Amino acid sequence: MGRREIHLRLNGRDRRALVEDQVLLIELVRSLGLVGTKLSCDMQVCGACTVLLDGRPVSSCTTLAIEADGKPVETIEGLADGTKLHPLQEAFIDHFAFQCGYCTPGMIVSAKALLDEHPAPDAAEVRHWMEGNICRCTGYQTIVDAVLDAADQLRSVS
Amino acid sequence: MELRQRFGEDAAIYAGGTEILLAMKLGVARWPHLIDVKPIASLGEISATKDTLRIGATATHWTIERHALVARVLPALTRLEANVANVRVRAAGTLAGNLAFAEPHADPPALLIALGARVVLEGSAGSRSLPVAELITGMYETAIAADEIIVAIEIPLPAQDARATYVKFQILERPSVGVAAVATVRDGRFVGAPTMVVGAVDEMARSVPTVQFAGADARDARTREALAEAARAAVEPTADLAGSVDYKRHLVGVFAQRAVASLLAQAS
Repeated sequence: MGRREIHLRLNGRDRRALVEDQVLLIELVRSLGLVGTKLSCDMQVCGACTVLLDGRPVSSCTTLAIEADGKPVETIEGLADGTKLHPLQEAFIDHFAFQCGYCTPGMIVSAKALLDEHPAPDAAEVRHWMEGNICRCTGYQTIVDAVLDAADQLRSVS
Repeated sequence: MELRQRFGEDAAIYAGGTEILLAMKLGVARWPHLIDVKPIASLGEISATKDTLRIGATATHWTIERHALVARVLPALTRLEANVANVRVRAAGTLAGNLAFAEPHADPPALLIALGARVVLEGSAGSRSLPVAELITGMYETAIAADEIIVAIEIPLPAQDARATYVKFQILERPSVGVAAVATVRDGRFVGAPTMVVGAVDEMARSVPTVQFAGADARDARTREALAEAARAAVEPTADLAGSVDYKRHLVGVFAQRAVASLLAQAS
């Protein structure tokens, strides 16, 4: 097994990390104290571990940490501006779009990737994009409502 | 190529990792080495001539789904790619990797076989081209030699008035049944025989014998039921969490009919 130094831009900050080849991206970000990213199914099905790698949503449970070398990585901790929550986070609160909260970081990060690419999705587009994020509490409707509301909020401020 | 030849079966070709990392984590497969082919820029190219779409081996589902050229020349592939697994798997996984892994519950093989697609393989003996129908030889088994890699997938584009479709049924993260069909339909009738391939339900995709449907009236419910029966007879479904043998065979018939309906809708 090799061990190498990688350089990544993690939530807007340049970071250096020494990782073994087989280390997974979720292990790396959690070892750096960013424990908002959750491990659940460990097989790319549930979406709880979603992070953005080079702007694209990936399952950090099944992505090698060395893939992040030279790339931006965004986790749930990167969304808020200090104590000011991101509109997606506010909308999830306003719409009661979580209960136990375990899937929520992955839901919000996945939704951010959607809104980065499609600022004005309709409900069907939200459902299609989010179908790979599993929630066992809400029944999903409040999540769809929250994403659509956040899209409106983001468009009105920009 | 040098690494591939040096390590042979001790190495796996690695791009998206959506299949091999999963298999390695589950402990069902292990390789001492992974050869990352993503840095080879030329392997990611997507291009088309007037009769062939060529997709490089490292092109992800995400890229193919968003590619304007693909949407223009082969919209059935765009729709298929937009519905592979979930958005995260599409962002990382590649079409070539999907074929090379030969997971039986996969979307692409059925449509690619129906279109007569081929893969371009490169190895120590040089380059060769193999139909996708001959590439996949069984569950997780392919005809790729230990010193070969897929460099591209070449898909013949359907004739001007031909239509292609892929319809599927899926409740979990992989399809339970997928049916691809390619045909020219004029005034509701097949011109020549339609091509139909059933995927995801058997150990590998199966072509449906359709010779007797040349010129048949696709609007006629009897034609559609006969095609559905031919499709049901062409497969030996694998029972799993997505359903029993009988249930899946029933689904094959339903989706064979829907594939024909989709072709008719496109033709009108």
